[in-house]
Amino acid sequence: MDRDMKEKISIRDAVASDLDAVISLDQWAPQEEKPDYWSDVFDHYVRRDNNDRLFLVAESNNRVVGFIIGEVRAWEFGSPPCGWVFALAVSPNSRQIGIGEQMFEEISKRLKQAGVTTVRTMVDRDDKLTLSFFRSLGLCTGKYIELEKQID
Amino acid sequence: MKLNKASLFALIAVLELASDTEQQLSTTEIAERHGISTHHLAKVMRNLVHEGLVQAVRGAGGGYRFSGNVKRTTLLDVIQLFETLESELDVPDQWDQKGNQIITELQSITNEIDELTKAVLDTITLATVLKNSQRRVGILSALSATTT
Repeated sequence: MDRDMKEKISIRDAVASDLDAVISLDQWAPQEEKPDYWSDVFDHYVRRDNNDRLFLVAESNNRVVGFIIGEVRAWEFGSPPCGWVFALAVSPNSRQIGIGEQMFEEISKRLKQAGVTTVRTMVDRDDKLTLSFFRSLGLCTGKYIELEKQID
Repeated sequence: MKLNKASLFALIAVLELASDTEQQLSTTEIAERHGISTHHLAKVMRNLVHEGLVQAVRGAGGGYRFSGNVKRTTLLDVIQLFETLESELDVPDQWDQKGNQIITELQSITNEIDELTKAVLDTITLATVLKNSQRRVGILSALSATTT
């Protein structure tokens, strides 16, 4: 990837026709569950016009090379309104050129416009790459601690 | 968590050199910039060379140069060269650790703390520390400009 490529990246709101491209970029959901999962996500974040819900894609040469999803959530866990980023992906062939950072900056800007001043996410402790990425953007351990247990 | 002096000096030296990967600095220059012991730092530098994080440049104008990857080397990578971060319970020898459920539970808690410590230190790269330090300098400059 060269600088010319970087300059051609645009970040825009996702549209219904991005569904297949997003599914192909998703590394997390199991293959068989992807269509249902992503159809629900598109219903919630793309097909409904709501400034508190954001689904952005990064596009290069008319091709979707990344996406980021987030929303404003209020009073869950006693937290005042804050922005949550709960999904982010960049095509393996388009990494290391700042697409993730561009998408994160754009969604942060939109979340601020929606009235919040904190953005929050959650990452698997063993996912060093993603944790390092968010750290490099200035995120650090927040005020809330995630707790869990196995149910017998 | 308390870092030992060698880890701290190593972090200072590596971050100083990594802030400009073209520069070469002697032990004395680094020590004087940060007000630390040259003698102690010299030992630390030899370790860093041995581990391949810095390179010794010989001859006039020689010194040390950073030779790692600024965007991949984490704080933990440097610290682990000088100490382990596992918590230790100072349990008296005569206690039967295997049968003592309280000790087992306390060890499980210290393990949890260790895991969290590592998750922080192993995901902060030298590049991130340098970037955040610059950001801090910017904020301080802006504050001082508004108060003068």
